[in-house]
Amino acid sequence: MKVLMLGWELPPHNSGGLGVACYQLCEALAKNEVDIEFILPYQADHNISFMKVTAARPKGVLEILSSGIAYDSYKYVYVDGHSDYKDIYTQSRLYEHAVSDMAASMSFDIIHAHDWLTFRAALKVKAERGCPLIVHLHSVESDRAAGQLGNPLVREIEELAVLAADSVIAVSELTKRAIVRDYGINPDKIEVVYNSIDRNMLAPISTDNTYRYLTQLKRNGYKVVSNVGRLTLQKGLTNLLHAAKMVVERMPRTIFLVVGSGEQYFELIRLSADLGIGENVVFAGFQRGKPWRDSFAVSDLFVMPSVSEPFGLTPLEAGFYGVPSIISKQSGVAEVLANCLKVDFWDVNEMANKIVGMLNSDAMRRTMSAALESELPHLSWEKPTSQVKQLYERQLKGVYA
Amino acid sequence: MKSILLYLHVHQPYRLRHYTIFDAGVNHDYFDADWESNENNHKILMKVAEKSYLPTNEVLLKLLQKYPQFKLSLSMSGLLLEQLEKWAPDVLASFQALTGTGRVELVSETYHHSLAFFYSRSEFETQVNMHREIIKRLFNQEPSVFRNTELAYNNDLAAWAQGAGFKAVLAEGWHQMLGWRSPNYVYTPIGAPGIKLLLKNYQLSDDIAFRFGNSSWEEWPLTASKFVHWLNQDQSSTNFNLFMDYETFGEHQWRESGIFDFLKFLPKEWLKTSGHHFMTVSEAVDKIKSVGEVDSPGTVTWADTERDLSAWLGNSMQQQAAEALYNLEMPLLTLNDWSLIEDWRKLQTSDHFYYMCIKWFNDGDIHAYFSPYDSPYEAYLNFMNAFHDLKSRLMDKGVLV
Repeated sequence: MKVLMLGWELPPHNSGGLGVACYQLCEALAKNEVDIEFILPYQADHNISFMKVTAARPKGVLEILSSGIAYDSYKYVYVDGHSDYKDIYTQSRLYEHAVSDMAASMSFDIIHAHDWLTFRAALKVKAERGCPLIVHLHSVESDRAAGQLGNPLVREIEELAVLAADSVIAVSELTKRAIVRDYGINPDKIEVVYNSIDRNMLAPISTDNTYRYLTQLKRNGYKVVSNVGRLTLQKGLTNLLHAAKMVVERMPRTIFLVVGSGEQYFELIRLSADLGIGENVVFAGFQRGKPWRDSFAVSDLFVMPSVSEPFGLTPLEAGFYGVPSIISKQSGVAEVLANCLKVDFWDVNEMANKIVGMLNSDAMRRTMSAALESELPHLSWEKPTSQVKQLYERQLKGVYA
Repeated sequence: MKSILLYLHVHQPYRLRHYTIFDAGVNHDYFDADWESNENNHKILMKVAEKSYLPTNEVLLKLLQKYPQFKLSLSMSGLLLEQLEKWAPDVLASFQALTGTGRVELVSETYHHSLAFFYSRSEFETQVNMHREIIKRLFNQEPSVFRNTELAYNNDLAAWAQGAGFKAVLAEGWHQMLGWRSPNYVYTPIGAPGIKLLLKNYQLSDDIAFRFGNSSWEEWPLTASKFVHWLNQDQSSTNFNLFMDYETFGEHQWRESGIFDFLKFLPKEWLKTSGHHFMTVSEAVDKIKSVGEVDSPGTVTWADTERDLSAWLGNSMQQQAAEALYNLEMPLLTLNDWSLIEDWRKLQTSDHFYYMCIKWFNDGDIHAYFSPYDSPYEAYLNFMNAFHDLKSRLMDKGVLV
């Protein structure tokens, strides 16, 4: 079975969970005898052996360089030597045409496309080749806009894609409901396939922690509460800071570690100063590798306060590193993870109450971490992979689910 | 001669309201949830009264009037009686009508439905005495048989009960304690030759209490005649000890399951054969000879497949919460402020610890059914916040803790 997989990022050049989820799903599918060719919008060395990874290069372009984060602009270097930067819509259009050119000389049975940036390409190839198309929504535009309508151009692409696709995969019931609500398609066409996390992808923690200052504070009785993720409206960090103020009033020896970058960066810094907790909030910027791992290692508690989180891998990652979590009820992961505390993203008082309670009780954090350790292996890629493979098989038989 | 010993346990805890760390030290009304909330004790009591207490007492009273041979034993926690007096005097009167027939025996236990036996002998004895007083006051009975909370039993408890002047103790007829022997006889505890031991036949009791309404159970539907037919097969036993929660009737097993009809027809079917009797627990102790000694160095309870204390004190959250609570004993009793002591005792109720059990949390099961909380972690946090308040009140009164 040969699958043309269209995606926008893969580790280590990923901005967040999308790249990780694509990588791990493909790896698990490849182990199940699915032959995958993965087309990315940029060139990089991924060191991947389980599938073929190619860059979609438009005619006349020599190379496309990722500037580090998937949603930033890429640098296009042309054959004639000049170079320029393209915005995200243009990139999506260029990707569409490049993929269509490449697909003309390829053989595959099915198209599987991840998130809206690849959907134009997916629709075009489906129109040209007539093979089944599965669109996989790791988030919908209204999630990213934290409950607002979002960008109409993006909505248009999402709507067309879910209408025209033969089958739709949503990463949670929450996302499935959002798709039905926003685009009015038949819920039976949407299959929920939860994301997961492969423990082997997570490097072990080393003893020397990057956050030397925080380690020092901890020796003096401080506790560290962390969040790792993009600093965007969707992630609900302003609520976390308001809760942080209440926590710090009770427990002055608490540090909130915020790891990530995004358009809310300055706003959040300003807000923590306005709330008078500037000293207790540490912004570490976007991190990967050791400093990323160390942000879990230094934490006593992880909080994911997202306004809308289609799935949300970070609490699982935190769990693998032994850190218990408080997660928003408005997240897909809340549908599957039992050993954690759940809170409505808007309920700042309750968020503060739970943070204080967790920080005050070593017994509870210990019990929860131990329970997580036995729970996490049950959330492996095994079930999602067989769901996706069965979906491929049904599509190839021409039978709708 | 063969007898059925029907023993029903009636109890309602004072559930905690949603109580945050920001309430601690400010509001002391942990047991007073809003009327609208699901934790409102008054509302729960009225609901259970309507579904279970009133209709069951009506059936029981009719049976007592119709069959002079029909008898049963009841234990009612002090906390339940207190709530009935306050909110449902008519329900209390319906229990008094039962005992008024002279054929309903009341069993002794701790007033607060606590596990104090395992933490403080003097506190435990105080609660047993408080229970004795309320039973005397409301029912004019003096219990001579003891049951510890959750039927938690070991050799020490037997020795204590003998010393305290009881003539028998009720316990779980757990096969690991009995070995090849059957619970359908009367025994003597090792080291307490002056008293007897009545052991629950958990197979038969659970057929009614847990499996009755389960349509996938191979014996479903269970009728009184089928049940009595099973008992008739057994030619040698002297007593069938059917011990269960009173709320089995109408609450755990709904009216629609036919549970009330089962109860209604049980005496008729059983008394069809001559030599068949019903006995109260002390009557059985007086009339039936012990067939041997039972040794129970470890603690046996009536819960879960382990039949030990792990449902209440198995994880470190539960252990830490209980230890913290009992550590307040000395300062509280020294201060001798009744309002604080009463709140402290209400927090000792075993239900609070049961809600913190994570044993089966991942599968979501019977624990979840009985818990007002979304998760055991929330239960623990809420409990600890109330504990913090109690501690803060002690500190306000100048007591160092």
